[in-house]
Amino acid sequence: MQLDDIISAVKSAHDSRTPLRIRGAGSKDFYGGLLAGEVLDVASHRGIVAYEPTELYITAKCGTPLAEIEAVLAEKGQMLAFEPPQFGGATVGGCVAAGLSGPRRQQAGAVRDFVLGVKLVDGTGQMLNFGGQVMKNVAGYDVSRVIAGSLGTLGVIAEVTLKVLPKPVAETTLVFACDAAEAIRRLNDWGGQPLPISASFWHDGQLWLRLSGARAAVEAATAKLGGSSTVTPEKHWNSIREQTHPAFAASPLWRLALPSTAPCPELDGLRAIEWGGALRWYAGEIDGDHEAVRVAAASLGGHAVLYRAPESLRCRDGAFAELPPALLALHRRLKKAFDPQGILNPGRLYAEF
Amino acid sequence: MNSPDPAFSTDLAALVARLRLFLPPHCLLLGEEDLRPYECDGLTAYRELPLAVCLPETEAQVIDILRTCHSLGVPVVARGAGTGLSGGAMPHAQGVVLSLARFNKILRVDRAARLAVVQPGVRNLAVSEAAAPFGLYYAPDPSSQIACTLGGNVAENSGGVHCLKYGLTVHNVLRIRVVSIEGEVFEIGSEAPDAAGYDLPALMIGSEGMLGVVTEVTVKLVPKPELAQVVMASFADVAKAGDAVAAIIAAGIIPAGLEMMDKAATAAVEPFVKAGYDMNAEAILLCESDGTPEEVAEEIARVTEVLNAAGASDIRVSQSEAERLRFWAGRKAAFPAVGRITPDYYCMDGTIPRKRLAEMLSAIAAMETKYGLRCANVFHAGDGNLHPLIMYDASKPGDWERAEAFGAEILELSVALGGSITGEHGVGIEKINQMCVQYATPEIEAFHRVKAAFDETGLLNPGKAVPSLHRCAEYGRMHVHHGDVKFPELERF
Repeated sequence: MQLDDIISAVKSAHDSRTPLRIRGAGSKDFYGGLLAGEVLDVASHRGIVAYEPTELYITAKCGTPLAEIEAVLAEKGQMLAFEPPQFGGATVGGCVAAGLSGPRRQQAGAVRDFVLGVKLVDGTGQMLNFGGQVMKNVAGYDVSRVIAGSLGTLGVIAEVTLKVLPKPVAETTLVFACDAAEAIRRLNDWGGQPLPISASFWHDGQLWLRLSGARAAVEAATAKLGGSSTVTPEKHWNSIREQTHPAFAASPLWRLALPSTAPCPELDGLRAIEWGGALRWYAGEIDGDHEAVRVAAASLGGHAVLYRAPESLRCRDGAFAELPPALLALHRRLKKAFDPQGILNPGRLYAEF
Repeated sequence: MNSPDPAFSTDLAALVARLRLFLPPHCLLLGEEDLRPYECDGLTAYRELPLAVCLPETEAQVIDILRTCHSLGVPVVARGAGTGLSGGAMPHAQGVVLSLARFNKILRVDRAARLAVVQPGVRNLAVSEAAAPFGLYYAPDPSSQIACTLGGNVAENSGGVHCLKYGLTVHNVLRIRVVSIEGEVFEIGSEAPDAAGYDLPALMIGSEGMLGVVTEVTVKLVPKPELAQVVMASFADVAKAGDAVAAIIAAGIIPAGLEMMDKAATAAVEPFVKAGYDMNAEAILLCESDGTPEEVAEEIARVTEVLNAAGASDIRVSQSEAERLRFWAGRKAAFPAVGRITPDYYCMDGTIPRKRLAEMLSAIAAMETKYGLRCANVFHAGDGNLHPLIMYDASKPGDWERAEAFGAEILELSVALGGSITGEHGVGIEKINQMCVQYATPEIEAFHRVKAAFDETGLLNPGKAVPSLHRCAEYGRMHVHHGDVKFPELERF
């Protein structure tokens, strides 16, 4: 599918007020609310448009598989530092639309922090260019970053430019035995020190810590922190990034984003802790009290996402935390600014738009 | 350049009567001599007197000011320390300036969570000073950090030397408390790694006071590196210095800072700061490494190797903290130093792909001849952000107009080379015409729709950042797509 095809498909959907369901590889069909509308399959709009290793950016069409992008970057010793999950065949467009980041997010930042520019087909079929290919650009509103995590509700991401970073020279993984509360305490203590911690993962009494950076820095931190080292760290971190680790095998699976110092909410089913304590995974009963999970997360200053659950449940209770009225009204107006007929992925983010 | 805005006509007596209902006398300035200090921000070439300046002390007063202005249709320009360089805080002739200078408290520094909650009038450097006892600091460090405020940093998405490694303001702000023009309060972002819904902090940060008034900011603090050391390299050729920047990045090194000064800049600053710069070099690169002592030693060795291979004529590594600060002193003092050798200077702020540095510099050299004005160049070379300092004399007829045209040409070339008209200063009133060069009609229309989603009545900082389509048409650079008729939306065509 060429860009012109996407534009004309959206234009005619706009004219006939036909809801569209934007789809790349479909690797995140499990995520978010309702999957509704005629499928607009953009997977064939693919290919790397530009890659400049010394400028630290890559530009690719939305349907380009992340695997293809990462292979090209690896040839030059570079990477997507936010370590997005591939879930099989994820595309770069879907990666930005979903806004999901992997283990390195605690050190490097999230998807949105690496978005430099997007080509967006809005809900009227208009082609819009936001941002660009340079690191620093503050001309106009930063619409490209807002697109990250907007689940296709503001436009079809036709092309995206991401900042890339060099791969760290050295990496080591350490393992510590401790309970969840102790893991949170340690992670926050370490987080306040100049240590090259690039990922953390707690599950079932074990805390895994990845150190990345200059060889000397990794060696010095290893000596300081102690712990035991492990034999297959890459496999381990990949299983967390791709959520194939047994910790994620639960339905429904809740994702709680919390201040890193927040204590463990009084909920059953803690499965894992990531991102220096700021991301907690919970398994909840299907007929359980979903409101209790939301309230617990909110009372600690964060929010809960009904991450992996049957679609019927995600549509009934909402996948994402409810917005306060003033913010919901603002979301509606923003949605309207880009998609006046409300045809793009309706209900995928919030039932209201 | 700024034409009167016929859209607003304020009944000053009615406005003052309403403001006096809730603002004590010392929070409302009306006399011309009191208003005069607010007529411009750091870009002194554009000035305008507001009708009144409000200096609220509480969020409730901010809400009441905004509600009042909203109900009376009065434009509002929020202002911090006024160090902005693009006229973003220049007052509106029919409006009020809402100064947040009294919102100057650091509300909380949380050592364990590595964050600080501050009011918008807190100075950038004060945050790092408050965090220092915990071994933490706030990374974005605009050159004006001793004076500029966090609220202003949020408005402009400010940068600084450390952006290359630690990001811009948008990467370092966790949560913002905002009052809308209707006086409604909302919080966006979170102390958690993300918040539900659209990434509104990304939209607010850098929106130049057009979308809401910030009353509280939560920023991320990062551990202070154990050591920082800087390599200073001289180059006999500007192009080689530019290539050296690319070579450092290609070697997989992201320095804590990577800055460049050309010969005109070093000639201006050396007598001022006596940093020991190589006066024969055509360009000087400053490359900072931070981290553990082991890490810094390793990186400095690698950087030195790359710089040698790139043809540096001289390399020096700071041997003490005092020497490191001295190396930086010149770069940090480049603006005042240039101010000493010329009556006036005009600081530009374009961004280009790093590999086009040499091309841009030779174009600027040609423009010096064309406009008959000198230009000194300092850059954040690591991220391609240029700050050409165009020297002129405002008392000489025609000088400012030539400086302005010189600056406009640099910005337009920045876009042509694949960059942006602003890397960290914002568009404000200064670069509003060049927005028509960087963005086409559909994007500018989309920006207006975004603005309307937040501020339907258009009262927040009108006339800044996003040009009207009419303005772009007058500037003559409106892009035309698919052979559409030129500017069909404008009656005069």
